[in-house]
Amino acid sequence: MTNPSSTPAIRFNQVSRHFGEVKAVDQLDLEVIDGEFFAMLGPSGSGKTTCLRMIAGFDRPTSGSIYLYGQDVSNLPPYERSVNTVFQDYALFPHMNVGDNIAYGLMIKKVPKDERTKRVDEMLDLVQLKGFALRKPSQLSGGQRQRVALARALINHPKVLLLDEPLGALDLKLRQQMQVELKAIQKRVGITFIFVTHDQEEAITMSDRIAVFNQGKIEQIGTPAEIYERPASAFVAGFVGTSNLVSGEVAKRVTGSDQTFSIRPEKIHLGTSNEATPAGMVSLDGVVRDVIYLGLYTRYLVEVAGGIDLVVVEQNLKTTSMDVLSIKGQKVKLHWHKDHISRVGA
Amino acid sequence: MHSKKAPLGLTIAAIGTLLFLHVPMLIIFLYTFTPDETTYTFPLPGFTTKWFGVALQRADLWRSLILSLQVATVATIAALILGTLAAAAVYRSNFFGRESISFLLVLPIALPGIVSGIALRTAIGGFDIPFSFWTIVIGHATFCVVVVYNNVLARFRRTSASMIEASMDLGANSFQTFRHVVLPNIATALLAGGMLAFALSFDEVIVTTFTAGQQTTLPIWIFSQLNRPRDRPVTNVVATFVILITFIPIFLAQRISASSSDTEGENK
Repeated sequence: MTNPSSTPAIRFNQVSRHFGEVKAVDQLDLEVIDGEFFAMLGPSGSGKTTCLRMIAGFDRPTSGSIYLYGQDVSNLPPYERSVNTVFQDYALFPHMNVGDNIAYGLMIKKVPKDERTKRVDEMLDLVQLKGFALRKPSQLSGGQRQRVALARALINHPKVLLLDEPLGALDLKLRQQMQVELKAIQKRVGITFIFVTHDQEEAITMSDRIAVFNQGKIEQIGTPAEIYERPASAFVAGFVGTSNLVSGEVAKRVTGSDQTFSIRPEKIHLGTSNEATPAGMVSLDGVVRDVIYLGLYTRYLVEVAGGIDLVVVEQNLKTTSMDVLSIKGQKVKLHWHKDHISRVGA
Repeated sequence: MHSKKAPLGLTIAAIGTLLFLHVPMLIIFLYTFTPDETTYTFPLPGFTTKWFGVALQRADLWRSLILSLQVATVATIAALILGTLAAAAVYRSNFFGRESISFLLVLPIALPGIVSGIALRTAIGGFDIPFSFWTIVIGHATFCVVVVYNNVLARFRRTSASMIEASMDLGANSFQTFRHVVLPNIATALLAGGMLAFALSFDEVIVTTFTAGQQTTLPIWIFSQLNRPRDRPVTNVVATFVILITFIPIFLAQRISASSSDTEGENK
């Protein structure tokens, strides 16, 4: 503990949580760095929410330990941890006004009234809800409730802030706006944020690092770019963005090994069948089976020799809908850079 | 939908039902003012308020009234505590036999009073407990608990479970969470349940008949008055008083639960 910044904010040491026969979390190791915006991404039932609840103290590990800045908190009740949570349904107290909701943590800690009022004002300022202190939660919109929940958690200066699907209940426009705002608030307060989401776009937009969860285990941890560009497993390649998975005979023709690899649709260039393969590129012959015009870009479904369908996405920079639709049924040559291939194992 | 006028038949049926339910009470009210103490003649042969005075003079009536108020108060307090605890247990934990316990708790209100009464009398007699004020309270608590339990459980089910977690997350221990979050949220349910329980206890006859010793609660006192036709107007005065004392809490309880369910609807 000599240099606090080198101590991980959260460390999981072989943490498991079993519900009867179900291994919700299975021997998990994880480190969240001090001050980062960390996403736990995965489908429902992958164990990400259970991990969050164990950090908050609502749930205890069946085995293993959880450390908060070096302190073992595995068996501490929620009210003895310097961790606060923004709940999916916000969980605001309906009988209190916005100001009292935000001041709740301070009221429990018996902070004097003057200081409470002052800090509530600061928080309302931070989440851009000045002048809302006397409203009841029922008089607020979804986005405003979310901000109150955020302020109520942040006013306690937690060491780590947990967010459980924080934007799940908001509509698309508001969600995109809050993504930017949450990121900005995190920069300003400098607190470690850990948030749980099943939305890969949200995870990529907001986080410094992402842990991809699947069946109680972490498939991959990395920056959004690493996760996207270099998916470590077929699951990650499929869950984060869309990906072509190539295996067997076709894989052997491209890479010389029958190990499965993934290639992102936008990395594939669609060329004419007699085009030469540029240096450093690999190529495959194929026939365009389907063309879907999507305005900004077009999605092609190309069947390559060996019977695999590859999805190719190209921006409509110079082409019109007439041009792209006429390609259907034609022979083409697909090429992409060797570096864009990610081996994802069996 | 609401602007459309109800068909004539429905209107008549509604008015008929209301008259059927309330005309007898109006008659009681009317004959508190009759100067003729033995017969019900209409129109009244005159108008007098002397029976109110007579009722005030009756010491036995006062004793019964005070006993009834005491029983109702203690039974209601017991019901509030036990009913809330039971509701919290059934709502929060998922233990074996939870549904059966819920059913057993609600059963006394559905069971005929005569059955509860005889069962209680046998049990109390069997344990050699002397019949007293407290045996009446125990008898009343059996159905008062149900009313509180139902009200509080319904409120718990409408409250977001994460609210309790949020409170603990923000540093409050179990006691602080109960005081600052749980109690304010169930307060109106407690008030409504408590008033209903009070009203139920206050006019209970059957179970009381079986569980009381020498004590006479107000409803039993009224019942005993049937054998004394000369006191009929006094009984009417008391009946009117009981109607009022029962009407007010039930009216308030309805208002409270109606208005609180409105605001909670908004939260969802």
